[in-house]
Amino acid sequence: MTAPEPQNKGTPQGEPAKIAGAALVPKVGVFVCHCGSNIAGVVDCGKVREAAEKLEGVVVAKENKYTCSDLGQAEIIKAIKEHGIERVVVASCSPRLHEPTFRKCIQQAGLNPYLLHMVNLREQCSWVHSHEKDKATEKAIDLVLMGVSKATRLEPLEAREVPVEPTSLVIGGGVAGIQAALDLANMGFKVYLVETQPSIGGKMAQLDKTFPTGDCAICILAPKMVELARNPNITLLSYADVEEVKGYIGNYDVKVRKKARYVHEDKCVGCGLCSDACPVKVDNEFDLGFGQRKAIYIPFPQAVPLKYTIDKEHCLHFKTGKCLLCVKACTNEAVDHEMEDEILTLKVGTIIVATGYETYVPMKKGVYKYWEYDNVITGLELERLINASGPTGGHLIRPSDGTTPKRIALVQCVGSRNKKIGNNYCSRVCCMYAIKNSQIIMEHEPSTEIAVYYNDIRAFGKGFEELYHRVREDYGVEFIRGRPAKLSEDPKTKNIKIRAEETLLNKITEREFDLVVLSTGLRPSEGSKRIGKILSLTTSPDGFFQEAHPKLRPVDTAMDGIYLAGCCQGPKDIPDSVAQAKAAASSAAAPMFAKKVTIEPLTAWVNEEVCQGCGLCVELCPYGSPELVPGQKGGTKAHIIEALCHGCGTCAASCPQKAIVTRQFTDDQIYCEIQAALSEHGRKQAPKKRAEAEVSG
Amino acid sequence: MEAGAHRPEHDPGAYEPKIVAFCCNWCSYAGADLAGTTRLQYPPNVRIIRVMCSGRVDPTFVLKAFALGADGVIVAGCHPADCHYISGNEKAAMRGDFLEDFLEEAGIESQRFRVEWIAGSEGRKFADTIKKMVAELERLGPITKEARADE
Repeated sequence: MTAPEPQNKGTPQGEPAKIAGAALVPKVGVFVCHCGSNIAGVVDCGKVREAAEKLEGVVVAKENKYTCSDLGQAEIIKAIKEHGIERVVVASCSPRLHEPTFRKCIQQAGLNPYLLHMVNLREQCSWVHSHEKDKATEKAIDLVLMGVSKATRLEPLEAREVPVEPTSLVIGGGVAGIQAALDLANMGFKVYLVETQPSIGGKMAQLDKTFPTGDCAICILAPKMVELARNPNITLLSYADVEEVKGYIGNYDVKVRKKARYVHEDKCVGCGLCSDACPVKVDNEFDLGFGQRKAIYIPFPQAVPLKYTIDKEHCLHFKTGKCLLCVKACTNEAVDHEMEDEILTLKVGTIIVATGYETYVPMKKGVYKYWEYDNVITGLELERLINASGPTGGHLIRPSDGTTPKRIALVQCVGSRNKKIGNNYCSRVCCMYAIKNSQIIMEHEPSTEIAVYYNDIRAFGKGFEELYHRVREDYGVEFIRGRPAKLSEDPKTKNIKIRAEETLLNKITEREFDLVVLSTGLRPSEGSKRIGKILSLTTSPDGFFQEAHPKLRPVDTAMDGIYLAGCCQGPKDIPDSVAQAKAAASSAAAPMFAKKVTIEPLTAWVNEEVCQGCGLCVELCPYGSPELVPGQKGGTKAHIIEALCHGCGTCAASCPQKAIVTRQFTDDQIYCEIQAALSEHGRKQAPKKRAEAEVSG
Repeated sequence: MEAGAHRPEHDPGAYEPKIVAFCCNWCSYAGADLAGTTRLQYPPNVRIIRVMCSGRVDPTFVLKAFALGADGVIVAGCHPADCHYISGNEKAAMRGDFLEDFLEEAGIESQRFRVEWIAGSEGRKFADTIKKMVAELERLGPITKEARADE
C-alpha cells in the first residue's frame, strides 16, 4: 500500500532549505525570541535566525530579547508593514501561552490573525534540553523549519461571533459558589446555583471559628446563604446534580437532575414536625457521625433552603412500606414518598465551577491508627466537637469515655506534603486551623496542655504570624518539630503515647496524651472529578483543576466560558476562596456584559467536489455536526453544521476521499510539517547501530 | 536531578533516531509543555506536531512519517474517557491497532509506533515516553531501506 499523496506533493527530498510545494510562496517573517535567557541560554538563537533567513519564503528573520514585550510586538508590526510580510512565525514559548497575544499583534498590523504560527522553543526545547546546547539548537532549527513550512500554507480565517446568553451556572454551593453567584446576580445576571447536598453552605458551615480573627464561621456565612436564597436573580437548585453540559462559550445547554427529596419545596415551611415524628435515627454526616439526625431531616439548623429531605436509604416507609408518620405530622401535605427525580434543561452563557474539596481520610493501616484508636480524631471532627452548635454544644470531650481531655496533641501534615501517598502539596490551611483550634481549646479550658507536632509552620497570610505568636506566647501551646513515628494506645486508659523524633532537640521522645487530633489536608472532591469529566477540565498533578495560567489567568480554564473558584482549583483558605470567587464572577461577567464573543473558526468543511456521500463522518462525529444533504450538483454530500463543529478533525482523519478539511490543521499543512521535521537538515545518520559502533569503537 | 541531565555528550558518529510525535492540544501537548515548565530533561530526538485531537491523526500521517525517514512515531492523546472531544482518542486507539498490524507486515517493528495517553498533568510521563522510545530505537537501529520503500 502506498500512502495517499498530499494535494501538494512538495519539492523533492534532500533540499532542506526549501519549503515544500506552492509555486507562489507567501512572504514569511520569522521572529526568534530569546525569552531573556530562557531560550537564548540554551539555544543559539543567532544560528536559528541565520537558518531561518535561508528558508524559502522568508523575507525577514529577527531576534528579540522578549518578543511578547511592547518592543518585540512593535518590531513585528514594523516588519509586517516594511517588508509586506504575509505570514508570521514566532519562535518563542508554547502557543498555549501566547498565541492570543501574537494573533492580536499581527491583527494590529492589518494581517488576518490566523496567519500566525508559533514555534515552541521554550517549553519543548530549551527547557527540556538544557544540557545539550548543540542538539537543542539543531532541534530549534528543525522546529522553525517545520513552522515556516506550515505557515506558508496557512489561510486567512474569519472568527465567528456568537451571542452570549446572559445567564451563569454556578456548580457548588460552598462559600466560593455562594460568593460568585451573589456577585453575578448583583451585576444583574441570572444565575443558577446547583448544589448536590440538601443545603448550601459547604464545608465552611461545619467549621467552628475562622482564623486568624476568630469570627464564627456560620455567623458570617448564614447571612450570605439567606441573601442568596432571597436574591431574585438567583435560582437555587439544591439536592441537584449537573449531568450533562453541551455547547460552547455563550451557549451552553445544561442538564440538571433535581433529586427527589420526597418533600415538596413549595409546600415545606421548615417547621420540623415531620422530623419530630420520625422514628428513625441515624448518624448525622454534618457532625461526622458524632451526632444523630432523623431519616427526614435538615443537615443543620441554618440550612438553606430550609426544606426537609427524606434519606431514602434509612426511611422506614421505603424499607417496609409502612410508617408514614411524617406524612401524618405534616400540616401542609408537603411530604410525598411518590416524588420522582426531575430533569431540568438550562441555557447558560458561562459556568463557574466551585466544587470544593474533601478532607484527607487517614489510611486504614496507617501510622496514626485513626481507624483503631477511639481517641485519634481528625481536624474537621475537632471543629464539630468545639462548635457551639455541634453535638456536644461546644464542650470538647474525648470519644472513648466522654471526659474532657487535659493533654492534647495536634499532628500536622496528615495527608499533605507526603510523597509516599502521592500528595506532595501543602494543604495551606492545616497549620492555621490547628493554631486557631489550639486557641479555642485554651479559651474553653485554660489548664489544657497542647502540643503541636509540625514540620514547618506556614503562617503566611494577613494576621497569621501574629496569631501563631499569640498562641505560643500567651496561651503556652507547645510546638514540637518532628513527625510522629509511632502511636500506641494504653488499653486501660485509652490514652495515646506518641513516639517522635524532636528534630530541634535531636532526641527521641515518648509522650502521653488524652486526645490526638490529626490535621488532615485537603484533596479534590469526588464531585470535582465527576464535573471535571463532564466539562473536560484538566487537572494539575495534585488532582485539583488546572487554571489557564498559574500567574495571569488563575480563575480561567482552558475552556472559554468556564471559570474556577475556591478549593476545586487547589487548597486555599476562606479569604482566598472568596477573592477567587469574586474574580471568577468578574471574568464570567465580561463576555456576558459584551453580549457576544468571537470563537475560533477552527472548524471543518467539506469539499463537495470530492465528497462521495459515504456518511462515515456522520457516523464518527461525537457532536452530530456532519449531515448528509443533496449536493449542489446532485448526489448526496456531507455538510458540516458549523455551529456544532468543535474542530477535533476526527472526520477529516477518517474520510476515505480526503474531502474534509480541518481549518488550521489541514492535511496539507500537517504533511508539510512532517516533511520538514524529517528533512535531511542537520541529520546525522550512521550506518551502524549505536551498540555496534560502541563495540567497534 | 534528572537522568537525562547526565546523558553523555553527543557522539557525532552515533545513530540519532528521529521521532515524530503527534500530540493533542489539550492533554499531551500540555503534558509536553509541563515537562518543560518543570524542567524535566529528555533526549532532543523528538519533533512534536500539534493537532487539536489525537482523533485528527490520519493513518497516512504516520505512514508518511515513516516513509520520509522517521525512526519512530508517537500518537499521544488524552486518557480514555478524558478526551476533550468526547471520543476522538477512541478513534485514535482503533487506528493505532490497525496501524500496528499494518506496520508489522511492512517490516516495521511494533516498538517503533506507539499510541500513548498522556494527560496535561503528566509531564513526567511525556519525558519518560520519549526517553523509553529513544532507548528502544537506539537498540533497534535504523529501519531497513526495503521497509521504508514499502510505505
